[in-house]
Amino acid sequence: MAQQLPTPEHPLTPAQTIGPFFGYALPHPAGGDIAPVGHPDAVTVHGTVLDGAGQPVPDAVVETWQAAPDGSLDGAPGSLPRNGVDGGPRPRNGVDFTGFGRACTDAAGHWSVRTLPPPADRPYLAVCVFARGLTHHLFTRAYLTDPGPGDLLLDDLDAARRDTLIARRQPDGTHRFDIRLQGEKETVFLDFPEQ
Amino acid sequence: MSTAPPSSPAGVLTQQDIDREIAAARKAYQAEGVPRQHPARDYPPYRSSTLRHPTRALVSLRDPEAAELRGPVFGATDVTDLDADLTRQHHGEPLGERITVTGRVLDRAGRPVAGQLLEIWQANASGRYAHQRDQHRAPLDPNFTGSGRCLTAADGSYSFTTIKPGPYPWRNHDNAWRPAHIHFSLFGTAFTQRLVTQMYFPGDPLFRYDPILQSVTDSAARERLVAAYEHDLSRSEWSLGYRWDIVLDGPAATLTEEEH
Repeated sequence: MAQQLPTPEHPLTPAQTIGPFFGYALPHPAGGDIAPVGHPDAVTVHGTVLDGAGQPVPDAVVETWQAAPDGSLDGAPGSLPRNGVDGGPRPRNGVDFTGFGRACTDAAGHWSVRTLPPPADRPYLAVCVFARGLTHHLFTRAYLTDPGPGDLLLDDLDAARRDTLIARRQPDGTHRFDIRLQGEKETVFLDFPEQ
Repeated sequence: MSTAPPSSPAGVLTQQDIDREIAAARKAYQAEGVPRQHPARDYPPYRSSTLRHPTRALVSLRDPEAAELRGPVFGATDVTDLDADLTRQHHGEPLGERITVTGRVLDRAGRPVAGQLLEIWQANASGRYAHQRDQHRAPLDPNFTGSGRCLTAADGSYSFTTIKPGPYPWRNHDNAWRPAHIHFSLFGTAFTQRLVTQMYFPGDPLFRYDPILQSVTDSAARERLVAAYEHDLSRSEWSLGYRWDIVLDGPAATLTEEEH
C-alpha cells in the first residue's frame, strides 16, 4: 500500500510523571463500571498496587482496555461521561460496552473494575499504570484465564514471571490482580516496539 | 573535585546535591550513547521514583494481534462545551494571566490523531492545586479548579483557555520548586500510544533545578516539553497565546479496507 512507504519520523513527546495532584481531573466515579448495568456475565477484576518495599501505592491510576466478549476491538464512546449542567461526571449509559476502564487506587492502594470477560483468543485486560514517582507509565496484562501454551507473551516467560500476569480467581468469584512495581515478585511489564 | 561539600544538617538533601545527581545522570546518558527520549524510570534525583520503578527489563511484545494495537474511543458524551475553557467553570473570573494553549496531536508518522480525548490539570496562578494534599501556603482561587478536557479535531488540533499556572514548592529536597507546568493526558488510536506528560513555559529559570523535567536526559527531547510563545495566537486586550504540538509514541494497528 502506498501509505506504508516510509514516512519521515516525527520526534516523540516524552512522558512525565502523573504526579500527586491528578485527583480532581482524572478519576471518574463510573470509570470502572465497564460492564453494562445488570449484565449477568459481569466480572470484577481488582487488586493492590505495591511499591518495592511492599507498601501500597495510594496515588496510582490503573487503566484497562480489552476486546469485547464477541472479539470486537472497536470500543465505544462514553467511558468517562460528563453532564451538561456543570460539566461534572455522570453515570455511563448502562448499555454500551466501551472496553475501557479507569480506576484510581484508594488510600489502601486498591483498585477495581467491573467488566465483561474478554474472548478466549485475547483473554486478558491490557493494563496501563501511572503513579507519582513513576516517570513513564507501565504496561502489563491481566489474564483472566490461563490460555495455556501458544500465547506469544506467556510462552516466553519462566513460570514465576508468567505467574505475575495471571489474575487469581477468588472464593467470592472476583479476579485478583496485584501489581508489584518493584521487588521479588515484580510484575512483568511490557514494551511494544514498532512492528 | 576530590570531596563533595557536606549536605545540609540532618541529612536533608540540598539543591546542590540534586544538581550533582542530575549532572551525573546526564553524563551517564551521554556516555552510554544510546538515544532514549522518554525519561528513565529509575531516576535517583526524583526521590519518589526509588521504590516505584521496575528493576527487571521490560518484555518486548511483537504481536500483530495484540489488543493494545487498538484503543478506547471517546465521543460527545465524554466532554461538555465548557470543558476546554478553564476560566468559565465558576461564577467569577479566576485570578492570573489568561492564556490559550493550542496545538496538534500527531502520531510518529505525522498523521493527525482525530477525535481523541485530551485531559489537562494544573495549579492556579499562585501555584496551588485544588487538592487537599497540596498544603503550600498560597491562596486557593474560588474561581479556578484547574481541570479541563476536549476532543481533538479532525486535523488533530486542540485549544484550551486557562490561566498561567504558578511555580510551586515540593518536598523532593530542601528548597525544591517545580517550574510552572500543565499536566496533559492523551489517547491515540492504539492503547500503546497512551501518554501522560507535562507542558512547560518558555524561559522558566527553574528548568535546570527540576528533577522531573530533567528526568528526560536527552536535551532535544526535553526541549519538546516546552511550549512556544506565539504572538499571533495572542488576542488584543484578552489573552497570551502558546503553541504546543504533541507526538505520540508507540505502534498502532494498520486498518485494512475491510475494517474501515
